[in-house]
Amino acid sequence: MLTDIEREALTLSLKIAALSVAGSLPFGVAVALVLARLRFPGKALLDVLVHLPLVLPPVVTGYGLLLLLGQNGPLGAWLERSLGIVLAFRWTGAALASAIMGFPLMVRAIRLSIEAIDRRLEEAAGTLGANRPWVFVTVTLPLMAPGLIAGGILSFAKSLGEFGATITFVSNIPGETRTLANAIFAFTQVPGGEAQTLRLCALSVALSVAALLASEGLARLARSRIDPHGA
Amino acid sequence: MALEVRVASRLGDFALDAEFSCENGVAALFGPSGSGKSTLVDLIAGLRRADHGRIALGGRVLFDSASGVFVPAHRRRLGYVFQEARLFPHMTVRNNLSYGRRWAPRGAAVPDFGAVVALLDLAPLLDRRPATLSGGERQRVAIGRALLAGPEALLMDEPLASLDAGIKAQILPFLERLRDEVRLPIVYVSHQFDEVVRLADSLVLMAGGRVAAHGKVGEILARPDLRAHFAHQDAGRLVTCRIEQHSAEYHLTTLAFADARLVVPLLAEPVGAAIRVQVRPRDVSVALSKPEGLSVQNVWRGTIEDIWPAGAEAVELAIRVGDTAIAARVTRKAVADLGLKPGLSVYALVKTVAIDRRFIAGAVHAEPGRG
Repeated sequence: MLTDIEREALTLSLKIAALSVAGSLPFGVAVALVLARLRFPGKALLDVLVHLPLVLPPVVTGYGLLLLLGQNGPLGAWLERSLGIVLAFRWTGAALASAIMGFPLMVRAIRLSIEAIDRRLEEAAGTLGANRPWVFVTVTLPLMAPGLIAGGILSFAKSLGEFGATITFVSNIPGETRTLANAIFAFTQVPGGEAQTLRLCALSVALSVAALLASEGLARLARSRIDPHGA
Repeated sequence: MALEVRVASRLGDFALDAEFSCENGVAALFGPSGSGKSTLVDLIAGLRRADHGRIALGGRVLFDSASGVFVPAHRRRLGYVFQEARLFPHMTVRNNLSYGRRWAPRGAAVPDFGAVVALLDLAPLLDRRPATLSGGERQRVAIGRALLAGPEALLMDEPLASLDAGIKAQILPFLERLRDEVRLPIVYVSHQFDEVVRLADSLVLMAGGRVAAHGKVGEILARPDLRAHFAHQDAGRLVTCRIEQHSAEYHLTTLAFADARLVVPLLAEPVGAAIRVQVRPRDVSVALSKPEGLSVQNVWRGTIEDIWPAGAEAVELAIRVGDTAIAARVTRKAVADLGLKPGLSVYALVKTVAIDRRFIAGAVHAEPGRG
């Protein structure tokens, strides 16, 4: 049903999206916690920084990553020398680019769910003898589950559609960084590629719809576990 | 086990400066809204930190500003029952109840799960989630959850305040059982005097961030200098009685105090049991001569000891009957018409049906210690 090219682009897109969400979720939770719960000078700046990829042209984000993490960039050169990690023009680099592009959406969703938590429940857990880490694991984390799921899936969906930052930072290499979006772009550039472009577009639409539906369903399930009447 | 509290704290414009202690049994923190009751309980629980003072439980220091000791809330082993239950919405009742059990130290006297479930009648609720419970059920689960963490004292911050009167009446018997079966100091915050009468052994009267008085409930009510604190409560006096006999035919119980008899609706307690009855001033009338042909069952001869104003139209009288004093609320006009004055001999009349279960406390407890 799917051609080799399509299958390759699809698996690559899913792989990149999965790594991007898994890798950025802990950071998303940490930043959302900091933004929701702490007050410190420079908080507005952190907020701006997190939201920047949402408003910047994606090319700028991708180019920034290339300058910083390219093999001649300060951080990229250091990573390669000391840890042997290369991100530019690799699928892992594509995952990093999508993680950054999806980060504002993820943080926003998680932050909202943290702000909705009644902190007096955490206080109550404390009076029952639970220490802070245990309260976080048994009370805070389960209560922010709807936000974690929504944030994760939004970021996943964003990653599937990410194009500008990805192509700038990791280019469009078949089998390595040619994601669905990159493949669609490639086929629009060759004469006679219309049919292939349309098939890839249809695949892309189907995938996005499935991701969003899954997000809605999971969030509903999580809410119903917290409050059976609120679902 | 004794809980000793001495704290001073400033919160914006409000200054709290309080000292009291309580032994096993219920100490009511009583006072109007804004008198500092809840703040005081939060300081005891370790949810806030006082500026100065010392808090100790059975010799274990929880807070001492002089030596810089501040034991965090989760290591204080104080069970806290909040006004709004605060159950964990994502857990079943069973898991809510078990939450604190893993944190009780080895060898601690942690109550048996089944015993607490039975005490609070929680068995039918165990597999439900908090959102499906009524307000009264939630509060019972919250009490069970606090008990099952094996606390060394219980703090209850107006646990009945958000419940309507009917549900409150259903919960009070559970709290009485709790008081009688759990041997812990219980600090019970309330601004409802009927709860204090039903539950408390001692009373810590709070006003403007300070402890205005501390002692046995009956003694505090009898103090003329504290009348203003109870002006809107229709508190009256507490009469300590012994059950003399039950009448199944008329569904009545006769109580004895001093040389007098008090007939009330039938009680469940056995003959001989000590009972504390709140006689509200508005339920007491006064006559100069012994009335004849009257439906009122309780007619006592006594002497007016004191008269003080109670609102624009009324006064309250303290009437001594034997070794017991009760209070009556009458109009100023009645005082003028009957020539009521201290020293005058009168008859006090109390309708039996005015005294229902709400005003009667079972098994009267030992005198709690003072700090």
